Amino acid sequence: MAPFLFARREPPAPGAGPVIEVTDLTVMYGDRPVLWDVDWEVPAGVLMAVVGPNGAGKTTLLRTILGLVRPVAGSIAVFGRPPAEARRWIAYVPQRTAVDWDFPATVLDVVLMGRYRHLGWVRRPGAQDRERALEALAQVGMVHLAHRQIGQLSVGQQQRVFVARALAQDAWLYLMDEPFAGVDATTEQALIEVLRGLKAAGRTVIVVHHDLQTVPLYFDWVTLLNVRCVAWGPVTAVFTADYLRQTYGERASILSG
Amino acid sequence: MLAPQVEIMLVAALAGAACALPGVFLFLRRMSLVGDAISHAILFGIVAAFLIVRDLRSPWLMIGAAGTGVLTAVAVDALRRTGRVKEDAALGLVFPALFSLGVVGIARGVGNIHLDLDAVLLGELAFAPFDRLIWGGWDLGPRGAWVMGGLLILNLILILTLYKEFMLSSFDPDLAAISGFPPAVLHNLLMGMTALTVVAAFDVVGVVLVVAMLVVPAATAALLTDRLAPMLGLSVLLGLLMALGGYGLAYALDLSIAGSMATVGGILFALAFLGAPAHGLIAQARQAARRRERLAQQMLVIHLLSHEGTEAEREENCIRTLPAHLRWDPAFAERVIDRAERAGWVVREGDLLRVTEAGRQAAQEILGANGGAPSHPPS
Repeated sequence: MAPFLFARREPPAPGAGPVIEVTDLTVMYGDRPVLWDVDWEVPAGVLMAVVGPNGAGKTTLLRTILGLVRPVAGSIAVFGRPPAEARRWIAYVPQRTAVDWDFPATVLDVVLMGRYRHLGWVRRPGAQDRERALEALAQVGMVHLAHRQIGQLSVGQQQRVFVARALAQDAWLYLMDEPFAGVDATTEQALIEVLRGLKAAGRTVIVVHHDLQTVPLYFDWVTLLNVRCVAWGPVTAVFTADYLRQTYGERASILSG
Repeated sequence: MLAPQVEIMLVAALAGAACALPGVFLFLRRMSLVGDAISHAILFGIVAAFLIVRDLRSPWLMIGAAGTGVLTAVAVDALRRTGRVKEDAALGLVFPALFSLGVVGIARGVGNIHLDLDAVLLGELAFAPFDRLIWGGWDLGPRGAWVMGGLLILNLILILTLYKEFMLSSFDPDLAAISGFPPAVLHNLLMGMTALTVVAAFDVVGVVLVVAMLVVPAATAALLTDRLAPMLGLSVLLGLLMALGGYGLAYALDLSIAGSMATVGGILFALAFLGAPAHGLIAQARQAARRRERLAQQMLVIHLLSHEGTEAEREENCIRTLPAHLRWDPAFAERVIDRAERAGWVVREGDLLRVTEAGRQAAQEILGANGGAPSHPPS
């Protein structure tokens, strides 16, 4: 694992209490509840999957933790602080379709965007940032495409770029929204190796995931979400037929056989 | 003092360059028509300010206009946020309302004072040299040149200093927010920059040309490059070209200056649309043709291989009968065979085509990549 460079802002020491503490969280879109009285706690250093059916509020949960969505009730503490203060320690991988891939930028341009938070206003990325960005690209096996226009990338390569951008942010908490969506098996393996590397380096990684089969393979913790938080904990304890049925309805019984 | 023609060109060129900069970001945010909306809506601000101060030369007119410009952007955004209308409809609701209020204001309140609608719509570049900046008895040249030059410099400074912030918030507003660059602040800054530029430019070149200068150079530059910094540079260059070329056209054929400039912009865009190196129609047609031919070569080799050593080989792999078997036009088949021969994939043996070792390898790769097998079973 390459060393992480924390140029200016030292994150709080990990391990001091849970990384995320959510209590009685309710989020509405209009008058429709998307998250309904969620209590949730994420300990430091886990590699956690968030699973649940479509419309379960998985993306909303991540966006609320980032402070991009305001809850109507409940509280969130990330590293013991409100989201607006804590988000400089959080890296976010949005869904691939959240941006316009025809934007005039190269792969390196996009990964460098991960460095902007360390620069503050006006200052441009320098040689050190470029080095860190290339390092992040190397971790996802994309260095050879650094100067490729992003519109020419395959889906798998786009996901790799987004993960590299998150790596370049040098965070303590990584929130990733479906980074495996639409990728081939090789990319999925490459990305899961990166996630394991983060965990090994003491980082906390939360991944919205859609493939129930691979949950026990890839993750050590799991959250089952369907507007309400059905269960969370170590995969061995909560990834059970019973909880899956509560989350997905009867369909899930086939999967967990 | 410069010749009037040169002064007109200078004013128009500065306006074109100043508009081209915010135009790029409006284009990238799919907000090109916001410029259109602002440039129409500001008429309301101008008329309202005039009705209060009763002086056509008062700076309050420009301030009123700029204020209405920002108000338009804010109102459109607020309407969109309600979730009841989409952005395009919000634009369509806000600016005609303000524009028509402005028109009504001119008709009812201004009366016989000179604030004429033609000048508002098409501008009067030809009069630019008559509106001079005089300071301490010195003639400093046309006022329009100073105003547009000042705005060009202001826009340049803003975009150069906040280049990375504008780029990030245009590409991924969420990451901008997380990284400590509030997208709303940058959005309002861009809207303010656009409103000021439009207000100043509209005074010299009119509404129609302002819209053309905001949209055309940016859209054309986007066809010519895939990177943001060159796109900004090219957009400015095209803004200059549009103004100067348009003036040349108007001068040569004795046409409306603003109309000629907008026309030249259209021509520049059409040229890029057809001839741009990667995104132009011609380049894309050529790429498609190359892909088709390459695919045809691969089909040829695979066809030859699947009949190789069979009884039908003489019939199937014969140059004369091949077009009929593959349902290819004979001329196209001839060209494909030629190319495949030059690529070293096939050789001619009289009328018979044979696949070389290189061709065999190529076919293997294609079939391997597709996980397919030859369509004919070996006999």
